[in-house]
Amino acid sequence: MSDTSHGTGGLKFDKTKKSWPSELNVLLALIIIIVIFEFLGQVLPYMNDQSFLFDTKDRFDSIFNEARLKIIILQVAIIGIIALGVSQVIITGGIDLSSGPLVAATAMIAMSFGQTELVNGFANPKALFGPWAMDLPVVIPVVIGLSFGAFIGAINGTFVSYFKIPPFIATLGMFLICRGIALWWSSGNPISFPTAQFQAIGGGMMPVSWFLSLAVIFHIIMRYTVYGKHTYAIGSNEEAARMSGINVKRHKIMVYMIAAMLAAFAGIVLSAKASTAQAGMGEFYELFAIAMAVIGGISLSGGRGSIIGTVLGAMVLGVIRSGFTYIKLDGSYQLMAMGGIIIAAVILDQYRQRNKV
Amino acid sequence: MSEDIVLKTTDLTKHYGGVHALEGANFELRKGEHVAIMGDNGAGKSTFVRQITGVEQRTRGTVVFDGTEVNFSGPIEARESGIETVFQTLALADHLDVPDNLFLGREKTKWNWLGPFRFLDYKAMRQDTLAALEKTGVKIPNIHNTIEKMSGGQRQCVAIARTASFHSKLTIMDEPTAALGVQETEQVENIIRQLKAQGEPLILVSHNMRQVFDLADRIVVFRRGRICANLDIKTGDYTGEDVVSYITGAKTGAEYEGAA
Repeated sequence: MSDTSHGTGGLKFDKTKKSWPSELNVLLALIIIIVIFEFLGQVLPYMNDQSFLFDTKDRFDSIFNEARLKIIILQVAIIGIIALGVSQVIITGGIDLSSGPLVAATAMIAMSFGQTELVNGFANPKALFGPWAMDLPVVIPVVIGLSFGAFIGAINGTFVSYFKIPPFIATLGMFLICRGIALWWSSGNPISFPTAQFQAIGGGMMPVSWFLSLAVIFHIIMRYTVYGKHTYAIGSNEEAARMSGINVKRHKIMVYMIAAMLAAFAGIVLSAKASTAQAGMGEFYELFAIAMAVIGGISLSGGRGSIIGTVLGAMVLGVIRSGFTYIKLDGSYQLMAMGGIIIAAVILDQYRQRNKV
Repeated sequence: MSEDIVLKTTDLTKHYGGVHALEGANFELRKGEHVAIMGDNGAGKSTFVRQITGVEQRTRGTVVFDGTEVNFSGPIEARESGIETVFQTLALADHLDVPDNLFLGREKTKWNWLGPFRFLDYKAMRQDTLAALEKTGVKIPNIHNTIEKMSGGQRQCVAIARTASFHSKLTIMDEPTAALGVQETEQVENIIRQLKAQGEPLILVSHNMRQVFDLADRIVVFRRGRICANLDIKTGDYTGEDVVSYITGAKTGAEYEGAA
């Protein structure tokens, strides 16, 4: 137990010292970043008074630039789905590095059962399996993909809880294994031409719908169910959780399984959106997912943070990416800015830890 | 064996390799009785507690709890059969609030068909928490503050309220006030008096002579791994000095002659 003797020593307690939810900090950061881009848009000489988020040219019926809003959230939605799972792992005090390659491996595996037999009247040139695996109902590739995710997550969780391997190492190993599986599955060849049903999973704004509805579900689970409470308790004080009768090992396996299934689902959505699965997909996704969680106020030391925070963290990354495109700075600056913001988020987290605010 | 004996150990012994941390402890606790365990550092007090609560496995001897011989494989099993322990290191989750901690691992839930995703009955837990705090006389201004924002005394009170709120058959406190200030100590002592008034038996490990004389019915003194005195301070005429001489080894209880 850390410092048990701080405070005034008495039982007096300052009721007025209401806790300031960390989500509000993230929201504030998000607004500040938007204001900065809006400001830059007005002052930079080459911008023609174009607005970042508002519809100044009356192209849409609303006051916002809907096209940009859609792009902002669409480009973080798939990684956002991963971040929902990674957040839970981090709340238990762990980490999951395997999600990016798991996205690729699941995309390959699921897509190989979601291909269509005939492309424009000709046999599918990218077919991996014979006709038996063609034009299957969409539920089959989805169930196979999610099962693969659950299997990988169960291995991660088992190594972490039963073999006491540090989560960083266990999931780093799985990172390489999954990338290997993705390459091995079709000997490095892309798998393409899915069925219309499969494509529909990732069509249009579907990734955003998946992301937001899963966010709502996991927000409810983390805040209102026993699963959520035990996840926080383990990250807060694993020993106390064990002493309280929580089956910590089993619970951790469940958390890693759920995280991996979310990453697997992200892989399915990504391949459906792209209409192709390639072994190199999902590069750096695990890191961006962790970044979303950390920016959103999920503490790397466990026990603290929320799904709302992660969603806001995802929005911060989306706004930065979109904002840099808006002020016409290329990807290299985006990466540097994101790196800086991630470090700033961790510094803020450590400051909060020390001061217990 | 008498009906009203809650806990009885016979020849309870623990060796750590060649170190005889606890040797042949015969101990009895009756219903509603508050017994203090005293002794120097390393005298075997905590070792004794660890054998009863299943944190460690004893080398030899028997423990009879609530009329049956028990062999706890761990603290959870001990708690399930009714022994609640407040350890020196408080088993609280820092980022959770008071009801969450009180009900950790035994939450009140609804919609149980949802399995691990069954919903928490926050309302019932809040009501029970308030009742438990009232029962123990603990005053915590806002039970929805997280533990990390509380003083040491408040934390200790939460830990104790937690044990007291689950109708345990036996409560064990291992130096509950060692890290607390005067006011906080007083509050913890009030909780112990409440437990006494409710007739709940207690084993209190403490170094604080004044506290022990205030609260306990009986003092059991440990010295070098053995029980060396059993003093009924409610009826017998004992002073702190007597106890000190038992602790230091200047005296040994008549029935324990031959002990270390």
